[in-house]
Amino acid sequence: MVKPGDGYKDIPIGGLILDAGNAKEYKTGGWRTKKPILDKEKCINCHLCWAFCPDISILSEDGVVSDQIDYDHCKGCGICANECPVNAIEMVKE
Amino acid sequence: MKLKEAAKTSERFTGGHRLCSGCVAGPVTNLIMRASKNPAVVGAATGCLEVSSSIYPYTAWKDSFIHNAFENSAATVSGVEAAYRSLKKQGKMEEDFDFIAFGGDGGTYDIGFQSLSGAMERGHDMVYVCYDNGAYMNTGIQRSSATPKGANTTTSPAGKVIAGKQQYRKELTDIMAAHNIPYVAQISPFKPQELMKAAQKAFETKGPAFLNVLATCPRGWRSRAEKGIELTKVAADTCVWPMFEIENGEWKLLYKPRKKKPVEEWLRQQGRFKHLFKRGNEHIIEDIQEHTDKRWNYILERCGERQ
Repeated sequence: MVKPGDGYKDIPIGGLILDAGNAKEYKTGGWRTKKPILDKEKCINCHLCWAFCPDISILSEDGVVSDQIDYDHCKGCGICANECPVNAIEMVKE
Repeated sequence: MKLKEAAKTSERFTGGHRLCSGCVAGPVTNLIMRASKNPAVVGAATGCLEVSSSIYPYTAWKDSFIHNAFENSAATVSGVEAAYRSLKKQGKMEEDFDFIAFGGDGGTYDIGFQSLSGAMERGHDMVYVCYDNGAYMNTGIQRSSATPKGANTTTSPAGKVIAGKQQYRKELTDIMAAHNIPYVAQISPFKPQELMKAAQKAFETKGPAFLNVLATCPRGWRSRAEKGIELTKVAADTCVWPMFEIENGEWKLLYKPRKKKPVEEWLRQQGRFKHLFKRGNEHIIEDIQEHTDKRWNYILERCGERQ
């Protein structure tokens, strides 16, 4: 990936970005004022939070929602907590 | 497809993009990209999604992505599709690809309209997705032809002279249906399975397909970030944003609210309509209700549903 200070010889021709999906390396978690906490005991695994998360921060492994939320990218909008049908997600002040 | 199964598809649009907190364009793009089964070539018209997903040297796209001007995402992607068809014919390529163009309502309803119309008419095998947030949000909330009547924007400011935008929005989904393309759908993200199903249909369709998806903009709608998805449900329940598809000329209703709610419920939750509740502006809400009812009845009739 191009870094500050790279010369024209280091930059791909045409200004192309060759690492697809490298936005993952950019952390947007610092935007957050409240963070979601998922309670696995209440969770019914409906995956609505997974589908609605704007920052693809609710993770699912083998069809099971993980309580490990990607806090590097979660911006704390609270959509997951608002849409959860069983109130398994709580927004807590950082 | 069940969401549990959908979650097993690979991630095509990653986190780390810089859309605002609570922007519904994020889940719309994520779910649509996950519905594609082939590697894709994506183009996006200038707009929030484009500028925040590809800030150099980062890209949130796992597929080939082409940065576009405001007016030509449909033209660019149709060109890529034509080149691909030629290469395939010459035997230089075998793999299947999906060709997807994204645009906001500004880049679709207004500025990109002619290139979109052209691409659809020429019959390219591509999918055009419009995420409709009802104004030019990226440049600071200017009115577009998708902005609903009464909305306060910086170029239709509510004040003593006018009460927000004076015109009704353009029904682009109907215009695309009038192109007689094989698949057109107007959908909403609060039903993620329906959204993915429509996207899948669009990808599987041979020829052009068009998806019009409602996407809440908390900044421009002056609504709370966590209400993004809820508002799209209110839009469907008040019939402000009916969900329907047109497959080979057959209209089909995708969502019918159990009990139709008054438009006030939709208007009240958004700061951009705040002035409509002031004294003297009641008639505007009545007008909006009347217009919404008329449009809803028209759609029911086209879909062969009982009113």
